[in-house]
Amino acid sequence: MAAFASALGILPSPPASAYPQQRRLRSVKREQMQGCRSRRCSKVVSYYGLITPPYKLDALEPYMSKRTVELHWGKHHQNYVDGLNKQLATSMFYGYTLEELIKEGYNNGNPLPEYNNAAQVWNHHFFWESMQPESGGSPEGGVLQQIEKDFGSFTNFREEFICSALSLLGSGWVWLVLKREERKLSVVCTRNAISPLALGDIPIMNLDLWEHAYYLDYKDDRRMYVTNFIDHLVSWHTVTLRMMRGEAFVNLGEPNIPVA
Amino acid sequence: MNDVADDESASDAETEENADANGDTVDALESSDPDEVGPVTWIEQQPLPYPSDALEPYISKETVEQHWGIHQHIHVERLNGMIGGSEWEGMSLGQMMLSSFNEGREAPHPPFFHAAQIWNHDFYWRSMQPGGGSKPSERLLKFIKRDFGSYDGMIQQFMDAALTQFGSGWVWLSYKGSKLPHVNSRSPIPSDNYGRLVISKTPNAINPLVWGHSPLLAIDVWEHAYYLDYEDRRADYVSTFLEKLLSWETVESRLKKAVIRAIERDGHVSRKHVRKQLLAQGKSRIRARPQQANENARGQTSSQEKPLGV
Repeated sequence: MAAFASALGILPSPPASAYPQQRRLRSVKREQMQGCRSRRCSKVVSYYGLITPPYKLDALEPYMSKRTVELHWGKHHQNYVDGLNKQLATSMFYGYTLEELIKEGYNNGNPLPEYNNAAQVWNHHFFWESMQPESGGSPEGGVLQQIEKDFGSFTNFREEFICSALSLLGSGWVWLVLKREERKLSVVCTRNAISPLALGDIPIMNLDLWEHAYYLDYKDDRRMYVTNFIDHLVSWHTVTLRMMRGEAFVNLGEPNIPVA
Repeated sequence: MNDVADDESASDAETEENADANGDTVDALESSDPDEVGPVTWIEQQPLPYPSDALEPYISKETVEQHWGIHQHIHVERLNGMIGGSEWEGMSLGQMMLSSFNEGREAPHPPFFHAAQIWNHDFYWRSMQPGGGSKPSERLLKFIKRDFGSYDGMIQQFMDAALTQFGSGWVWLSYKGSKLPHVNSRSPIPSDNYGRLVISKTPNAINPLVWGHSPLLAIDVWEHAYYLDYEDRRADYVSTFLEKLLSWETVESRLKKAVIRAIERDGHVSRKHVRKQLLAQGKSRIRARPQQANENARGQTSSQEKPLGV
C-alpha cells in the first residue's frame, strides 16, 4: 500500500494509531481517493473459461454415456482450462487467442509448455460441437459432393476414417481436415494434443481417441466407439458450417478461365 | 538362438530375460511346423502371478481381467499376426523389442509397439503383489536415500513423473549405469560411472530397457489401467500403487540382478573402489614401487566382496 502510494506521488499516510480520532477520518478519505485512482490505473485481467456443450450431458446416450460426458467435460476439459489459466498468469502468451496460442506454442514440433493445455482446450471444445444428439448418417448437398470428390464415395470416407482411428497408437485425435495446399478434404490422425491448426490446415470435424473418451463405455472396443460416432453422433450441420467458413480461405472451386 | 548379429542387443536380450519376473523366462511357443494353418502363437504373454481378484480393492477384478485378459491379449494377437515370415520370426520377445526399436533415431518398426507393450505389461503385473506396499528393506532404503534424498523424496518424484506424463505412458524406477542420459553411454570420467537409481517416465510403449537402463518397477499410466477404478484420479491410483500394491521384494531382487549384470557387462566398479584406487595410486607415487602389488590385490578383493556395494 505504501509503495503504491509513493508511486502515485502521494505522501504515505501516517499509521492509524497516531492521533486515532482525527487521522482515522482523514486516512479513510485519502484511501478513498487513492482507491479511485487505483481503480483508474488498475489492469483488467481475463482468462479462459469452460464452454458448455450445446446439448444436455445425457443427450448423447446410448452412444456416449452421461457419466463419460460428465467426467470428460467436467473434469478433463475443466482441468485443461484451469491448467492453462494457471500457466497464463505468468506467461508471455497471456492475451493471445486460443488459435494464436496453438500456432505459436507448437513451435514447429517442439511444443512450449502452454501448448498442451491450450490445444486440448481448443480440441475438446471443437469435439463437443462436432457432435449432436441423434445425428450421424450421411451429409447432404455440398459437403457430400466434396466428400465424394475427395474420397470417391461416402462409404470410402467412412472406412478411411474408421481405419485411421484404429491405426493410431496411444492417445490422440482423428480429424477430417481441409488441406490448404492440396485444396481437398482429408482424414488425419494426430498424437496427444497436436492440432491440424498448428500444421496449417483447417479442421472440419474431430474425434477424441484418448482412452478417457471411451473407456467407460466401450473399454477396449475402439472400433465400436468410432463406428457409433460416425453413424450416430457426428453433426453434419456443424461440418457444413465449418466447410463454408473454410471455403473463405481455400478455393475449392475450379478456376473458371474463359476460353478465347 | 542368438541369430542377432549385434552383440549388444544379444546381451541386452539376456538382460531382459534376467530382468523378467523373478527369473522366469518368457514363454515362447515357436512353431516350426510349416503345415500348420491358422494363427500361430510365436509369442505369449506371461500368466498372472496371482488370481485376478487378488489386487482388490485397489485394482478391481474387472480391471485386471480387462487389462490382462483382453487388452494385453490384443497386443499378443497383433504381434503374432505381424511376425510370420518377417525378420523377427523366431526371436524372443526381448530381442524383438530391442531390435525393432530402431535405436530411436526414426520411428520404430511396426512390431515394436506390441512387443514392448507385452513386455511392459508382464513387468507391471510382476511389480505388484497382493498385500504389497509397506516400506523397502534397509539396504534398499540406503540406496534410495543416497539417490533421492529420502524415501518421501522418491515418492514425490514418482508422483511428479506420473502426473506430468502427458498422454499415455509409463513411469519407471530403474538402475542406470552412468551419469550421462544417453543410451548405453559411459562417461569418460570413471567416477561418474557408478550405478544409481533413477525415476523416468516414458511415452506410449517405450521403456528404459531400450535406453540401456535396467528397469526395477513399472507403473502403467495409460488411462486404461486406472479409468474403471479411479476414473480421472491418476494421483489416487499412483499413490495407492506405491502404498498398497508395490512389491519391494521383487524390486530388490531385480536390483541385485541388475548390479551383477552391470559388473559383468561393464566391469563396473563401486565408487568406494574407485576412491581406493585413486588413493592407492596417490600413495604408490609417494612410496617405493614394491608397495603397488599389494595395493592392487587389496583393490581387487574389495570389488568382489560386495556386489551390491554400488
